[in-house]
Amino acid sequence: MAVKVYGKPQAVCPQRVMHCLVEKGVPFEFVLVDIDAMEHKRPEYMEKHPFGQVPFIADGDFELFESRAIVRYFASKYADRGPNLLGRTAEERAKVEQWLDVEAITYSPCAFSIVFNLFLLPIRGLPGNKGEAVASMEKLDKILEVYEKQLARTKYLAGDEFTLADLTHIPVTRYLVEHCGLAYLLDDKPHAKAWWEDVSSRPAWKKLMSFVASGASFYAP
Amino acid sequence: MAVKVYGPAISTATVRVLLCLEEMGAQYELVPIDYSTGEFKSPPHLARNPFGQVPAFEDGDLMLFESRAISRYVLRKYKSSGPDLLREGSLEESAMVDLWLEVEAQQYDKAISAIYIEIAIKPVYFGGVPDEKVVAESVEKLGKVLDVYEARLSKSKYLAGDFLSFADLSHIPYTHHIVASPHASLFESRPHVKAWWESLASRPAYKKVTAGTPTSK
Repeated sequence: MAVKVYGKPQAVCPQRVMHCLVEKGVPFEFVLVDIDAMEHKRPEYMEKHPFGQVPFIADGDFELFESRAIVRYFASKYADRGPNLLGRTAEERAKVEQWLDVEAITYSPCAFSIVFNLFLLPIRGLPGNKGEAVASMEKLDKILEVYEKQLARTKYLAGDEFTLADLTHIPVTRYLVEHCGLAYLLDDKPHAKAWWEDVSSRPAWKKLMSFVASGASFYAP
Repeated sequence: MAVKVYGPAISTATVRVLLCLEEMGAQYELVPIDYSTGEFKSPPHLARNPFGQVPAFEDGDLMLFESRAISRYVLRKYKSSGPDLLREGSLEESAMVDLWLEVEAQQYDKAISAIYIEIAIKPVYFGGVPDEKVVAESVEKLGKVLDVYEARLSKSKYLAGDFLSFADLSHIPYTHHIVASPHASLFESRPHVKAWWESLASRPAYKKVTAGTPTSK
């Protein structure tokens, strides 16, 4: 029985999960939850996901939410295939966990504030809060300076291999670069820029973007 | 060689790491880092934590930051000498631990830390006055999160399942302060949440780490 991923395919958090599955060559069925119509806040959905968010997954009988818990689950379950996404030693694993937390707690809240105010609200014809967006952009620039220092020492965030710590950054960063005009933030950060170009060129990521664009429901590796 | 934790004993994120070290009976050295002298942003500390935050953690050549990542490392390193708080022997159990850790870090922490900053940090460290609007909004948000916890804990003894895990312990640092505050009713009024908290607060590691940690009045 295939993995089922519930959410909206254009949304950042479901994309994290789908990208992980594509990296690992795991087939899945995408089940649309119409978040524009607030389907994720309806009682039927909230019975599965008590916080009313996406994604939600079912792997046979096992159900899970929180995209970073989900990608850890699949990275462990399929540790034997595809890229090693969790590090090879206790120390490497700790670095993966460290940068996953930086993404979750420091990077993404800042990035989301920008995407929300400069893209998501405007495309719905609503005014974004420009002041908030600018403050977040200044914050993001400082955060990226730290990333630049790390990426001058290691090819990827947690070391010299691509791991979950890099993966979870990709969907929201694509929005920043392609929909919010923020590629220029990387111009004075050559290592961060090279990192972005590398991770966003990964075949699995490109495959996922094609899948999302196609509107298909079933992904087969 | 004992591991080192860098941070003030009062910092909630530092407490998270200390709790895990105590639960596992590990030897460690706490190196205080002083906020008021700007030590968080000093070059030696930035070399440990490039975001200028606490805690940082050192084990030989390994330097780590982010309290939950440090805690996971500690729980794995000392796993033979304490309780199994990560459940990594089971794919599904460890996934449930990860899930409720994400909920703690995203939903719970945002709401409860906002209350703590207003009622404890601002007045004590910055001579400021709590913003009652922010407190009220955060209390409401935390209440909604705790409603989900109440429902969950009426079905399972602890958050990730019928076993205590790091997902439960990770809630301790801020909760310790809020249950000693005028907002304790958030916890007192939800019977399963109340019982869950009392179970966590009865643990020797909790008592040891929080002894002498001032709570807001």
